[in-house]
Amino acid sequence: MLIDSVIPKSRLTDLTNEEISRYSRHLLLPDINIEGQKRLKAARVLIVGTGGLGAPLALYLAAAGVGTLGIVDFDFVEESNLQRQIIHGTRDIGRPKVASAKDSIRQINPHVKVNEYNVMLTAENALDIIADYDVVADGTDNYQTRYLVNDACVLLGKPNVYGSIFQFEGQASVFYAKEGPCYRCLYPSPPPPGLVPSCSEGGVIGVLPGVVGTIQAGEVIKLIVGGANTLTGRLLLFDQWQMKFRELKLDKDPACPICGKKPTIKKLIDYEVFCGLNKPQGEKPVDTLTALELKERFDRGDRLQIIDIREPHERAIVKFPYARYIPLGQVARRIDEFDPSVPAVFICKIGQRSIFAIRALLDAGYAGELYNLKDGVNAWARDVDKTLPQY
Amino acid sequence: MAITILIPTALRAFTDGKAEVEAAGGTVGGVIADFAARYPDIRRHLYDENGALRSFINIYAGDTNIKSLNGLNTAVKDGDALMLVPAIAGGSRRC
Repeated sequence: MLIDSVIPKSRLTDLTNEEISRYSRHLLLPDINIEGQKRLKAARVLIVGTGGLGAPLALYLAAAGVGTLGIVDFDFVEESNLQRQIIHGTRDIGRPKVASAKDSIRQINPHVKVNEYNVMLTAENALDIIADYDVVADGTDNYQTRYLVNDACVLLGKPNVYGSIFQFEGQASVFYAKEGPCYRCLYPSPPPPGLVPSCSEGGVIGVLPGVVGTIQAGEVIKLIVGGANTLTGRLLLFDQWQMKFRELKLDKDPACPICGKKPTIKKLIDYEVFCGLNKPQGEKPVDTLTALELKERFDRGDRLQIIDIREPHERAIVKFPYARYIPLGQVARRIDEFDPSVPAVFICKIGQRSIFAIRALLDAGYAGELYNLKDGVNAWARDVDKTLPQY
Repeated sequence: MAITILIPTALRAFTDGKAEVEAAGGTVGGVIADFAARYPDIRRHLYDENGALRSFINIYAGDTNIKSLNGLNTAVKDGDALMLVPAIAGGSRRC
């Protein structure tokens, strides 16, 4: 859908000779030209998250000459981030991500003003922070912040340039409720906690956020320059492994609770509750064992069924002692392989998917004792067998 | 009638790693129910406690969301393809 520039002409200022030289390849494009570059200079873009998606977003938007970049992240750089979060380097490990990102932006383009927000975006601060910006780019990694960003953007009338990744697959769109659908039109509510594995369990190929974040950066630039065909009303799906792009139609949902005809959400809500994070589920909690408690049971010689529900390629990283392997996706259909007279302990990487395996078995009518190893194999490596790596 | 269902990576652990599976039925709802019967471990991911389709999964027939068609009653014919498009969030272990 063709979208007019989100930057009013009244805010444009002249480019210096130095800027004209720096941005000459933009100025040579008739669709951007001097005026488009002035709009980029006047523009204020908020990037939520400086991880895999935020990295190319910040780097390309800085290079493109966006005048003001806000970056929000409360996290610190970890070694396992560096496989994909190319705005941070090895020497930045342990630093706040916003500080590291600011250094990289400065290195690319000192003309860019950077506003750092070393905080978690919450229902309390989101409207104040977002109100100052023209476009928001969503590079978050969790549902509660995604819904928060979406709702704040709808309430403030801002475009929300969306990207999301998992393993080899990415999604991108422009949610701009004034002109088309919002994230809630597509997904009215998030999956229950733990139902969909996260990248920290499922993994992600490092270049994928590079592709998706770069697509987002392009959409941001188009919203600022104006007159371009953006992803408003379209959902782009990308599969890196199959190397396939697909495009799906995205309709505005007249029944959308926030941007529909009769909205029921008129202010920001409690997103922890909405995402089911601190709401006791209708189900009874799963019994857990810590790594040390499990070790004690081993040492006592207790009879146990240790069930590792990880996939074969994960078991190749770290094997768990005494375990039988039944992948998560086969637990219910292999219920007959369990002995209900012996307690069963379920193991995964961080103790999330194993809860699911236990619930699937309970759903299937299993009556034996079931335990979840709290924090998974990583806890075993941390607390019991320190020779093992954590991954 | 054989309908192809395209499975996103997030759900392939429940289809023996397959990216495409076949199921039968005359409507989208019928096809999805047949699919869930063939791969029982995916049931929990597709349906909530009340048997309703979970709202974080969209089903597309061609390039159109079935919500914009006739929902689960949308008719399908031999050779059609359905795509499951779940919400994905990325890296955090918080959610």
